[in-house]
Amino acid sequence: MSTEARSAYRRMEESITLSPLGEPEADQSGMSLADWGGGHETQELLTLNMGPHHPATHGVLRLLVTLQGEIVRDIKPIIGYVHTGIEKTAEDKAYWKVIPVLERMDYLSYFFNSMAYCTAVEAIAEVQVPKRAQYLRVIHLELNRIMSHLVWLGTSALDLGAISMFWYCFREREQILDLFEMSAGQRMHTRYFQVGGVMEDIPRGFLEKLKAFVDVMPGRTDQYNALLHSNEIVLQRLRGTCPLDAEKLLAYGVTGPLLRSAGNPWDLRKAAPYSSYDDFDFKIPVGTVGDNYDRFAVRLAEIYESVKIIKQAMEGLPEGPYITTDRKIALPPRHELATSMEALIHHFKLVTEGMRVPPGEVYSAIESPRGELGCFLRSDGSSKPARVHVRDPSFVNLQALSEMAEGSYIADLIATLAMLDPVLGGIDR
Amino acid sequence: MALPLAEVGYYEEWWVQILKGIVIFAVALQLVPIVLIAERKLLGRFQGRYGPNRVGPYGMLQPLADIVKLLTKEQFRPTTSAGLLFALAPGISIVTAVAAFAIIPFGDVQHIGGERVGLYGIDVSIGPLYLFAFGAIAFYGIMLGGWASGSKYSFLGAMRAAAQLISYEVSQGLALVGVIFTAQTLSLTGIVHAQGGMWYIVPQFVGFLIFLTASFAETNRAPFDLTEADAELVGGYNTEFGGGRFASYYFAEYLNVLVVSGIVTTVFLGGWLLPFGVHPPGWVDPIVVLVKMGLVTFFFIWVRATLPRLRYDQLMSFGWKVLLPLATLNALVTAVIVVVSHK
Amino acid sequence: MPDATELELIAQELRAAPEIGADGVVQTTFFRERATVEIAPKAIRATLSRLRERGYAFLSSVHGVDYFPHEPRLGVHYEMLDMARVDRLTVKARVSTQDPHLDSVAGEWPTADHQEREVYDMFGVIFDGHPDLRRILMPEDYEGHPQRRDFPIGGEPVFFTFNDPAEHPAAEQPASTGPSQ
Repeated sequence: MSTEARSAYRRMEESITLSPLGEPEADQSGMSLADWGGGHETQELLTLNMGPHHPATHGVLRLLVTLQGEIVRDIKPIIGYVHTGIEKTAEDKAYWKVIPVLERMDYLSYFFNSMAYCTAVEAIAEVQVPKRAQYLRVIHLELNRIMSHLVWLGTSALDLGAISMFWYCFREREQILDLFEMSAGQRMHTRYFQVGGVMEDIPRGFLEKLKAFVDVMPGRTDQYNALLHSNEIVLQRLRGTCPLDAEKLLAYGVTGPLLRSAGNPWDLRKAAPYSSYDDFDFKIPVGTVGDNYDRFAVRLAEIYESVKIIKQAMEGLPEGPYITTDRKIALPPRHELATSMEALIHHFKLVTEGMRVPPGEVYSAIESPRGELGCFLRSDGSSKPARVHVRDPSFVNLQALSEMAEGSYIADLIATLAMLDPVLGGIDR
Repeated sequence: MALPLAEVGYYEEWWVQILKGIVIFAVALQLVPIVLIAERKLLGRFQGRYGPNRVGPYGMLQPLADIVKLLTKEQFRPTTSAGLLFALAPGISIVTAVAAFAIIPFGDVQHIGGERVGLYGIDVSIGPLYLFAFGAIAFYGIMLGGWASGSKYSFLGAMRAAAQLISYEVSQGLALVGVIFTAQTLSLTGIVHAQGGMWYIVPQFVGFLIFLTASFAETNRAPFDLTEADAELVGGYNTEFGGGRFASYYFAEYLNVLVVSGIVTTVFLGGWLLPFGVHPPGWVDPIVVLVKMGLVTFFFIWVRATLPRLRYDQLMSFGWKVLLPLATLNALVTAVIVVVSHK
Repeated sequence: MPDATELELIAQELRAAPEIGADGVVQTTFFRERATVEIAPKAIRATLSRLRERGYAFLSSVHGVDYFPHEPRLGVHYEMLDMARVDRLTVKARVSTQDPHLDSVAGEWPTADHQEREVYDMFGVIFDGHPDLRRILMPEDYEGHPQRRDFPIGGEPVFFTFNDPAEHPAAEQPASTGPSQ
């Protein structure tokens, strides 16, 4: 470890201080402090080191903010505080053992992480996913989307100062997590999606519980709407603040609700349907100008659409296998192990070595609650991936923050950051 | 003796005054933990949870545990802070809050043990002015605390406090002018007596709304808690404070809520008077006042659970462009009506 | 997705472009319904600009790959997306570890800013013309590029104030098991 580089970095960190702004603008009244016995007048920009430990940065995001009074003049995001080398770790694990690691990247949309990875592996290995598994995946993905939006809604409202919303949102989130626990055994990071399908069929009683949730959720969303959407202070805080048009958003690579809020109805579920999304009838909410209000309204409207998708998937849930019957990919059912020598061998090979995937490179993208979640996978023919890279939407979307919030008030910066909905686990990976 | 600064309505014996001071100070000290637990319990209920329920019966001893915890903590101070002011600032806040509490009348003059005792700290003839004087000093507690911390968040919080408190103090004062015109006295007991026919919330409803709104800003409570603004400024002026000093700020904040509730009760809600010509014995008066104060405090807590925070520029433009003209207009109209009706 | 024929047409068009040249396109791959065109490192900006005119205007992702032990080792992938036709095309450029230079596209596609920084951080590919090429996920003073396949996996000393040589020159150095020497 070179000491010079380190010290230079330390010096740079310590040098963050007040910087002169130059001559103050002439007061319109023609008076200056000097007339009143005041001393030498100077204006300075205030550099504020917001984070990594800050209540509103949604994790360990650090923003180097330059302020002129209350107005933000410059924002520099500094990331990497929770970088855990997940992509590197994945290179040292068998294909099916990568899933739990990848799920821990964007910790609010774990089903999406595993889904992106599974679709990439399935594409290389040319695995057909049974219809029932596709529907089960859709149900869980959309539940996850609602859950992620609920956490976003609660924390954003908290950042705006509406403290009660947080608990209301977490009430419904609990219901979703209970459902996850029922089907997958875990509340978070479930490892439910497997290459070729899902880990297990849904247990008895799951659909009833899901139905109860689906019935209650639109009403709850109505309540959130009533609490926030018709609150004058919320509207004043959000309307017209920090807009960015679709063209600029596209240049920054921003996708998901942020892009849709600017009027571009780009949604991979519609544009390039995967996992039977073309079976379902749903709409894509879009905004108009892409300000904070649109971002807020689009996400709220998406909750209704997700509920609609879940309802259809639940009613049309086909019978059949829940995971591919390809024994080179998925474990054989337990009962076969006692009777079939071949099943035993497959089981042994899969558990000890893992599946072998033909060499090749694939990029597979899905629509996560935050935008395009892509997984690039390179296989060298062994049982471990040679390279896994996840294009995390939070990581890409964060670049647009400076453009959005420069020139606005510091409170709007916080609101914009909340509406951006970054998840630092996904950004830093 | 030099000229008295203000005329005081009624003098008791010196020992009665000391006794009264102790009693009122004790009441104020006891009310703060009650408001604390009430707020946490109520917020819990508003938010679909229980609130504190572990310490003591129904969690009632939670404030005690909080205070003990805070007071036994290290008196931490950042290296960049200005030592004396940093220590002094919470004291200013708490002293001004307690001082303002002294003028809230809990009842009329009573005969207790052969002595005539006014159920209030003092009844100055400049009641509201006294209140605003201490409110103006209270601002130094926040301002100096934020500045002396030597932290940027605190600094921003202090700057906001300076702008916010000064702006809203004007509207708050003007809102009371209407009442003073109507009652034609500055003494708070006098104002209560003047409400015998009708509480001022009815004729001075606009003034009531303005005063209440401005009071939210004066006490730094949601939706005007920009000086703390935990989402933006971490903790605003009290970011760097911990332990006993933080407890002092906390105490002062809730005491300020109580003071404002007391003033609203006195000025607009008829103080110790009851409607429909009910005249209970004198010992009921403090209970009536406390119940009314409780209702106003409940409203404060309710608003905190409901409303989000305003932005800095919205706060300022609301104060200067809406509240102040409205308050001025209210005072003007009241003045005209008073003059016309007295002819 | 463009089918194999269309991919060849695109490759031909790129070869015909004067700023790319016949040797600009190395090879085309059509694998699992996904089209990849591999180009010479010097032609990266010209190629992406050409593709943008063809409709592949959205740069959805940039990622680095280490092809160890094959040479040239490092690869940078650009996932281009045509939103109107819902069509993806991967552009790939490979550089060696000895001369890992590639032109930055962050000027035309601001989204490449952070993503190129990440590739630089993880693989050591230097993007010429990048406005602010610094490490992004790893600490600023980190040595080595951890996503390279030959990067040793193992523990590395954690630096605190008490064992920071910059602040305590006399402090005993912890036994370094890390990769940086």
